[in-house]
This record gives sequence, structure tokens and C-alpha cells, in this order.
Amino acid sequence: MKKREISTKTTEKQLLSGNEAIALGAFEAGVKVASAYPGTPSTEILENFCTYEGVYAEWAPNEKVALEVALGASFAGVRALATMKHVGLNVAADPLFTAAYTGVRGGLVIITADDPEMHSSQNEQDNRNYAYAAKVPMLEPSDASEAKEFMKIAYRLSEEFDTPVLVRTTTRVAHVKGLVSPGQQEVSAVKAGIEKIPEKLVMLPSNARRRRVELEARMGRLREFAEDFPENRIEWGDRKRGFITSGVSYLYVKEAFPEASVLKLGMAYPFPAKMIGDFASKVDEVFVVEELDPFIEIHVKAMGISCKGKELIPPFGELNASIVRKAITGKAAETFFEPSPIPFRPPNLCPGCPHRGIFYAISKLNVFVAGDIGCYTLAALKPLSSMDSCVCMGASIGTAFGMEKALGKEALGKIVAVIGDSTFIHSGITGLIDIVYNRGFTTVIILDNRTTGMTGHQPNPSTGVTITGDVSTLVDIEAICRAIGVKHVRTINPHEIEAAIKVLREEVERPEPSVIITKAPCVLVPEMKKRKDKPLFLIAPDKCTGCRTCLKLGCPAIEWVAVTPEEAKRLGYKEKQKGYSRINAVLCDGCGQCAPLCRFKAIVLATKEGK
Amino acid sequence: MGNILFCGVGGQGILLASEITSFALIKSGLDVKKSEVHGMAQRGGSVVAHLKYGEKVYSPLIEPGTADIEVAFEMLESLRYLPYLKRESRVIVNTQKILPPSVTTGVEAYPDDILSGLKGKGLAVFPVDAFEAARRAGETKAVNMILVGCLSAFLPLEAEVFRAVIRERVPERFLKANLEAFRQGREIIDTMLQAAE
Ligand code: SF4
Ligand code: SF4
Repeated sequence: MKKREISTKTTEKQLLSGNEAIALGAFEAGVKVASAYPGTPSTEILENFCTYEGVYAEWAPNEKVALEVALGASFAGVRALATMKHVGLNVAADPLFTAAYTGVRGGLVIITADDPEMHSSQNEQDNRNYAYAAKVPMLEPSDASEAKEFMKIAYRLSEEFDTPVLVRTTTRVAHVKGLVSPGQQEVSAVKAGIEKIPEKLVMLPSNARRRRVELEARMGRLREFAEDFPENRIEWGDRKRGFITSGVSYLYVKEAFPEASVLKLGMAYPFPAKMIGDFASKVDEVFVVEELDPFIEIHVKAMGISCKGKELIPPFGELNASIVRKAITGKAAETFFEPSPIPFRPPNLCPGCPHRGIFYAISKLNVFVAGDIGCYTLAALKPLSSMDSCVCMGASIGTAFGMEKALGKEALGKIVAVIGDSTFIHSGITGLIDIVYNRGFTTVIILDNRTTGMTGHQPNPSTGVTITGDVSTLVDIEAICRAIGVKHVRTINPHEIEAAIKVLREEVERPEPSVIITKAPCVLVPEMKKRKDKPLFLIAPDKCTGCRTCLKLGCPAIEWVAVTPEEAKRLGYKEKQKGYSRINAVLCDGCGQCAPLCRFKAIVLATKEGK
Repeated sequence: MGNILFCGVGGQGILLASEITSFALIKSGLDVKKSEVHGMAQRGGSVVAHLKYGEKVYSPLIEPGTADIEVAFEMLESLRYLPYLKRESRVIVNTQKILPPSVTTGVEAYPDDILSGLKGKGLAVFPVDAFEAARRAGETKAVNMILVGCLSAFLPLEAEVFRAVIRERVPERFLKANLEAFRQGREIIDTMLQAAE
């Protein structure tokens, strides 16, 4: 079980990330049940929350289930939490919109962690729009200290107004550490237990119509509340410029214009119309500073208040104090050095990663690779270059199958779907059912490395271990595929590239649904990290002809050493040889993928003594 | 107010180094904000952490042209964040090289004049072979603590504050080597500063 670093005993300020602060806030708010699917930048919330005493926390198979579990816990009268990254809320949108109708019993808070700049995401959607669309209040902290306090406020609001509450963070709130003061634990007034209230919880049209009216009345009450909510506050300064802002953008405004007047919205939705009107009337010019969409701006303009926003502030990417200052004043801050034209350093699959082997094998097939979300998306980069599409969690299977249906028989042998174990369980299973049910032949390759790698190695149902490290029932992917009706399910070792190519060829040509499961653990899971006697490979310098074949694997441990004609001669190479490959012994993980690729048998297992 | 930019390659211990520094600043009664990026970037990609401190810190991000100190855990990475530096910034560079993919695959060469390039710009450059120093301290994994030691020489804090933080944060069995690494790092810079006088 993971050890928690945050003490609950001390009252001293602690250095916490936004995510750690949210976990602490949830604990102090008395949350009993929390469910999540890992996703950057939200993952550490549950990883921290699960270490507190007297709580239940889980990794759910996907965000929809996570929200439903939290909603159920709320129905049972306890405070509950669901956390996810921005795109996760798309998956959980279905329960969200109707949970707004049912309302809650125990407080229910949903964290949406947005990722402006797409540090680790496929899009940068602005989830404040969900608050508006689902008619749910949203709080937006600007740093870790607020994040903790806002969690407690969110639970009080949720119970007082009978509504789920969204709390939105962004990467620069979730992953910024700041000082946070621990506080007292609260106890909810709601009693845990089973209560049958069908008119509130059964959303048949007749009930839903009544709840719909109530929902509108609730939003009205929340709008009034927003006027006196202390976290919607005006900081008066110089009245020439008045800024309306929220979340981390508030900090950029304070840094760039410390002397200006600022209306900070702690509640991103609904808006305090009177307060905004009052503020706007007392300053010469109103500026709305917000990342991504003109969410505040549109609402302010709809109130008939003129303001400047997105005509100055970029509508995409992260902001910072410099961008804000330049946007408003037109003057860029002084910089002294140009960026240097240096080699790019993109993330890469680790040395020994099983994904490298299977993607190298796939690259030999000349097929369209419908890919998915995970570490293995990095296979799209050079030199593997073996992923041709990647849209969202689980999309590989459906998109591959759609291509098959579009092209008919011609598609046979030309398209594969590739998806990770965790992603398959998240939302790949239904796609596979579609292939089987609708008589397709698309081959699905499931990469089973026993973990959710990209987000930091969380266990998942196919790992058979829970968030707290307890052993559980292992969900058998092969059995799922067979049960769905796939007759051809083959399990292979992705490190054995030649054998993998053979199996791939056979299965993609098969005019029936087929699944290939590649089984080999991620090199970063504990049992792999603990290995003592890893084999080590080396390249015999006298045998290497400099053909560069091994470099096409893109293993970080294989390095090209360029040589001049003189050096080549001195080293005993043909004069034309431009260089040779060598293996960095510190990095080599001993996977052995590279050895059979060398036609000249230059890559060999190092003997123990040579190590 | 002070701005420290830590940069390097995922897996080099940058987060811990910036953490130890943050705790030392907090112990001295300062406000601190530290910004990191997790997720995809950590797979061997370029990694950066912004640390800002002062009486009261608002923005968690260092603005271009305002970093007082850059601590580069890898030589090439010292160049990547140049626009963040001021003319008089101090640049601590670990002279270790970690080759990016375009270099290991022979598409591009690793630039060979990095240190002189930095000095040529008039920056105060402090090259440190942190790997070798860590080895001498008895723990090659303590590269990050060598660099914390180096950095500490430029901060308005007593070395003892850092030592107290290291004692609190580093597990018992690594403590001796880490304290030694910190001492050596600090000494390396002190020696350089004396030589410059
Ligand atoms: S090790 Fe083998 S495959 Fe790699 S460059 Fe040398 S001869 Fe070619
Ligand atoms: S065996 Fe080859 S492919 Fe595997 S980690 Fe070592 S160098 Fe890389």
C-alpha cells in the first residue's frame, strides 16, 4: 500500500500540489467513496485520497462508471467524489446531465482536470462549457490552497442546493505545488442509508419533467447565491482597467497588473450578474482574461456589458503573465536570448518496452494502423512511424472497422486496430462486439502490459490488483474476446519480432474477426524493475557493418557513432562505412528485440564477466 | 522574489531536487510555487520545473527573460530554455549528456560547443560533472543532490536549512550519501567562486 506523505495530524502549512490538496479537501469534507479513471492531469487525486483512513477509493474501468459509482454513493447518503481528465467527462457526460436532474443525497463533486496546451492530451476542450450545458454549478480554484478550500465549499453547496458540483482545475492548478493549511474534518448532516424517493431518483419522463422545472429554479437560487458568495470577490485598485477572470488566469492577471481592479470568480458558473454589472460600471474599461473559450466573455456580453476578451487574449494554449501583459498593453516583455536551434527531445518508449517490438513488427506489414491512447501512441513518432490514426479512448477498433466497411473486401489484410489493455477495458470491448456482430474481419491487436503506463502505472482490472495494492480477481481479456464470439484469439510475445510478424500476417489475411494479444509486462512495473540478472546485449564492433537496420527500432539504448573515413580505416572498417552502432549498457534493458534484426549477427548477449 | 528554472530529461530526479529546494525556502519563511508537468513528458522527454519564491507568489510560471538561475541536469537541455534567461542569469550545467532520439539514430549531431556558446552570451556558467561528483559521494543516483548543493550556494539560505530538509525527506539508508553529495555540490561552486575572485 502506498504511503501518504501528507500528515493529517499537523496544522502546519504543507507544500501540496493542487491534486494533493483536492484529496486532502475531500478527506476533510468527509468523503467516503471516490472513483476515477486515471488521466493526466487528474491522476494523483485518487492516488493520494486512497491513502487516507476510513475511505473507499477505486480505479473504475472508465469515467462513466466512476461517476455512476460516485452518484450511487451519494444516493446512499454519503459524500462522494469522481475525478477525471477533461476528455473523461465526455465519457461520463451521460450520467452527469441526468444527475443534474436527480440531484443528490450525500454531497457529490466531480473534478474535471483540463489540459490547456495539451501537455498530455489529444485535445484542449474547455469543460466550463459542461457546467452551462448540464446546468450544474462549477467552482474554479486558482491554486492548491484554494483547491482544498473549494472542495469543502463544493460539498456544502452540493447538499444545500441538491446538485452535483463540478470543480474544474487545469494543469497549472493540478500540478503546481503551493502552501496549504490543513483544517478540520467535517461531518455531513445527511444520514447514510437506503431511502426510496422515486419521484427524485427515477427519471421517467413524468418525474423528469418535474425535476426539469426544479432544475431551473435551482439555477435561479444558485445565481442569487453567487452574488454573495465570498469567493466571487472584487479587489479594487486602479479603476482604469477592470479585469474579470477565474482559475489560474487570475494569478497571471495579478502578476501582470498588480495595481488594477480585479473581479475574481471563484464560481465559474453560474454568474453573479449584479456583481459583474456593478464592477463594470465602476471601471473605465473591462477586460476578460480566461484560457481557451470565451466562456465568461460570452456571458458578460449577454448581460449587455461591453468588454474586451478574445480579440486580445489567445483562444488556445496556456496563458502566462507575459502573454496577458502583451495582449492588453501591446508591449512584449523584454527577452534577451533567442531559442537555440537544437535537437528536439520528444518522449520515447522506454528501452525494453514491449510496445516497440510489436509496432516494429506491424511496420513490416504495410497496413493502416488505427491506434489508441496510451504510451504506445508514441509509436507514431519516428523511426517506428507505425500509427496512422489516434482519436480518443477506444476509438481504434470502431475506426478500423468503419474503414473496413467503407472499403469492403479490398480492406482485407490492410487495416489493424491497436489498443492497450486498460484502454480495451475502458471502451474497446463494445467496438469488438460491433466487429463480431456485424460480420467484420478487422484484426484487433491488444497490448497487454499489465498496467496503465502513460499515467504512471496504475493497476487496472486486467492487472488483478486494486488501487490500494490489494489482490483482486483478474479480468481475463482473452476470455472476454472469446465470450464475445471471436474464434481466433492468439497470444504472442511482442519481444519476439519475427514470430510476431508471422502471426500478424496470418491474422490480418483472415476473413473473420481475430484478436492478437501481446503479453509482456511494462518495464516499469515493480516486478520488472526489481529484476536482478537482466541480460545485457552488446554490438560486436568488428561485426557491425553500419547498415543501420537496428536503428529503425528506435531503442534509446542503441546509439549511432559516426566515423570519418580515416577513423573507419583505423577501426578496420571499409572506408565507405559511415559509422557503427553501439549499445549503451546503462540503458539496455535486455529485451533482446534488436539481436535477430542484425543480419550480420553483430548483436550478441554479453557474457556475465563482460558486464 | 526569485525564479529558478530546473530542466533536464524525464527520470533525472528534477522533481525531487526542486522539491528539496522548495522546502528549504519555505523553512525560511518564504512563499513558494512550483510548477511541473507529468504524464507524457516523463517518458524520456525534455522536462522543466518552474520554482518561484518571495513574500507572496502569484503566477506559478516563470516569465521569459526573468529566470535568476537555471539548473540544467543535462547539457543540451541548458540551451532549450534560453528565452527564459536574463542577461546576468546564473546557469548551472551538469555536463552529462543524454542523447535525444535524433542523435542516437544518427540523424542529427549532439552540439559540441554548448558551454562555450553559453559563456559567449555573457551568462555566468557553472559547468559541473555531477555524475562523477555523485560517484565520489558514494551514490551515482545522487546527481540531483549534487546539483541542489550547487544551487544552494547562490540562494540566501544557510546550508544548514538544506541539510535539515534533506534529513527530513531522504530515506535513512540514502541519507549519508545524499548529505555528502549536497556538501560536494556546494563546495564545487564555492571553489569556482573563489577562483573567480
Ligand atoms: S548492429 Fe547490425 S543491424 Fe545494427 S548497424 Fe550494425 S550491422 Fe546493422
Ligand atoms: S536488448 Fe536491444 S532493443 Fe532491447 S533494450 Fe537492449 S538495446 Fe534496446
